[in-house]
Amino acid sequence: MDNYVNQYVVVAIFILLGILLPAVALTVGRLLRPHKPNDPKRTTYESGNEPVGEGQVRFNIRYYMFALMFVIFDVETVFLYPWAVAYNKLGLFVLVEMFIFAAMLFIGLLYAWKKKVLKWNSV
Amino acid sequence: MGAWLHDSLTWSDAIIIFLWAVVFLFVVLGFVTYAIYFERKVIGWMQLRIGPNRVGPLGMLQTVADIFKLLIKEDTIPRKADRLLFVLAPILCYVPAFTVLAVIPYTEKLYFADLNVGLLYYAALSGISTLAIVLGGWASNNKYALLGGMRSAAQMISYEVPLVISVVGVILLSGSLNLRDIVDAQAGGWFWDWNFLPQIIGFVVFLIAAVSELNRTPFDLPEAESELVAGYHVEYSGFRFAFFMLSEYVYVYAIAALTTVLFLGGWHAPAPFLDFVPGIIWFLLKFAFIVFFLFWIRATFPRIRVDQLMGLGWKVLLPVSLLNVFLTAGYLELFVK
Repeated sequence: MDNYVNQYVVVAIFILLGILLPAVALTVGRLLRPHKPNDPKRTTYESGNEPVGEGQVRFNIRYYMFALMFVIFDVETVFLYPWAVAYNKLGLFVLVEMFIFAAMLFIGLLYAWKKKVLKWNSV
Repeated sequence: MGAWLHDSLTWSDAIIIFLWAVVFLFVVLGFVTYAIYFERKVIGWMQLRIGPNRVGPLGMLQTVADIFKLLIKEDTIPRKADRLLFVLAPILCYVPAFTVLAVIPYTEKLYFADLNVGLLYYAALSGISTLAIVLGGWASNNKYALLGGMRSAAQMISYEVPLVISVVGVILLSGSLNLRDIVDAQAGGWFWDWNFLPQIIGFVVFLIAAVSELNRTPFDLPEAESELVAGYHVEYSGFRFAFFMLSEYVYVYAIAALTTVLFLGGWHAPAPFLDFVPGIIWFLLKFAFIVFFLFWIRATFPRIRVDQLMGLGWKVLLPVSLLNVFLTAGYLELFVK
């Protein structure tokens, strides 16, 4: 049990160190770098033109569709991983079960394919 | 490393681990510095140029000079940007990139954390960086940054699915998510015992998806330095920009190490009579080859078109990786059990 917890102490140390490096580097940078803000410097970049309208423009719905499909297939992998670990102890029945599960999701992919969700046209 | 982790930890043990982790951090930073130098040199040679050769002997200090320049560069935050998220995004991008390295085993004895869910830990944490990219693009309040961030995120999540499914075959063969057990399962003396031959479909899918996850050529559409403005980090300057770049190269380290562990037999020698060479040498050789491979394809492949990009991920790699899972499972069912 100790061993199990200790491994996560190491992970915690890595997270701590991961936060510490940017914190230290940006603080040191603040002491070294010049700081002379003026108005033109702080405008939004738009190829040298005056920015037009809002920066947070409306974007294509397609990104949402990809995000949705990502969630579906990522959940599938959440099921696949423990299944794969325990596979040698389980029987043929479980293989068939997982095949049915994957096939149903794959039908979903085919449907999206048919509906041209996967086709990319501009933006 | 692992020996004292079996007993309960004292504070002094924790401090020793912390100091080793600091040493490791500097090793990674050194790797990143010289990977960038090596990349520029290799691509220079392949394109019949010389590459960096002015700063220091053979140009060895070029990257150090670049980093120092970024450190003393003025940091501008646009007036319209969401300040808190703008500052947070590069840090959120870097933290998971470094944290995933905790589970990589280098030899039998040289590793940091020996998690029983090592591979799942890697897949879960590396996904967080996508969030940082969307966040950076959104917080900049810039049209290019927003669209660039959205494109990067769409690409990264599309290729993450085949990436994580392609390793299921490896998990099936070794019956564990622990990276050390996965390497042990590839022991057998000869290089054909490593996973890359039995899992050749998974290996190819993994490599393609990994290159795309790293946003490197031929999948570097989010940056496409020769045709678009930078993408999600267009408003970033100075060291905040450096942290986005740093996490990209830390992921190069992570993916090269993970490929070595999962498919190329980790620290095992390619033939039994080569066993006298220490395991770490074999690990480093395979690791260096993967890193070189990434630079090599950058110099030789043209960039893929944006409309082909999503098609390749969803219509080709995902079905092929699913097929690989059931082929492997079927093989185990018929011939091994």
